[in-house]
Amino acid sequence: MGLIARELESRGLPTVCLSSAYSITKSVNPPRAIYLDFPLGRTAGKPNDPALQRQIMIEALDAFATLRQPGEIITLTHRWSDDDGWKDHAMRPKPRSDGRAGDDRVERFDRPQYQSEADRAAAEANLAAGECPGCVFLAESARNAASSPLA
Amino acid sequence: MNAQCDSLPDGPPSPAAEPNNPVDYIARTREQYDRLGYPPYRWVRNEDPPPFAPLAKPLGEAKVGLVASGGIYRSGQVAFHYRDDFSFREVPADTPVSELRATHFAYDLTDARRDPNAVFPLETLRNLVDEGRIGGLGAWAYTFMGGIYSVRKVRDALAPAIADRLQRDEVDLAILVPV
Repeated sequence: MGLIARELESRGLPTVCLSSAYSITKSVNPPRAIYLDFPLGRTAGKPNDPALQRQIMIEALDAFATLRQPGEIITLTHRWSDDDGWKDHAMRPKPRSDGRAGDDRVERFDRPQYQSEADRAAAEANLAAGECPGCVFLAESARNAASSPLA
Repeated sequence: MNAQCDSLPDGPPSPAAEPNNPVDYIARTREQYDRLGYPPYRWVRNEDPPPFAPLAKPLGEAKVGLVASGGIYRSGQVAFHYRDDFSFREVPADTPVSELRATHFAYDLTDARRDPNAVFPLETLRNLVDEGRIGGLGAWAYTFMGGIYSVRKVRDALAPAIADRLQRDEVDLAILVPV
């Protein structure tokens, strides 16, 4: 996402990046970032907590006024839970019963991975009619070249 | 200080602070790859100062764009696959939350599927438009699935394509939500 931020800012469009991975954001060095110390997958707040989601977004928007130095990161004060126990297990799969290294990563399927079979049916019905509304499949380099849907 | 920074208005120092004990995902990815016998994942590392564009108007008048990398798609669209998929989806800004889906190989999807606003704050932004805190939303939000291994594909294909669309949508700023 940092590469997208840089592309946008270089075109004069200001951005703010939300982040829950401080070391990665430091490395990628986007123009403006706010850091939320939550487990990955909740970058914009806890689920079904619209008041917290609203507050986080307001703090992100505030960064346009408060962040003045390119590359700075604001750390938000919200906590995922009262203790940091969740951090012990983040990206640390349990060893397998045979003592070999655990690997909880998902297989890299090269077919679309739908949330539900109903989604698959809906998408395949659209494809059968020759369309995928809002899907943009890019050629390897789209710079100075038009992208074509379903290419 | 660089020239871009010098041109910014005077004001109080930024409230940035180092976080307390953040999870070091770069180190943990390295540990995991080492255990599995894989070569280390190479994170993007940008040492040079990023470009920095000021916001030209008050938030209450600004049209906001949203870009998210949590693998969100709309029901009826083709979902992302897990092998270096660098396609993206255009999601109409008025899409009901009930039509939003999440798929990704690299994070726990439980909460994103329970409430897509956790990684794709479209409804959150719509509510802020209703409150008058922001001026409006671009006609589309843009979603893709992070974890793309090829820096080149992101830099040369995905980033310019999304930037083209946000400019077409005439947004004044963009909220970027990685996972």
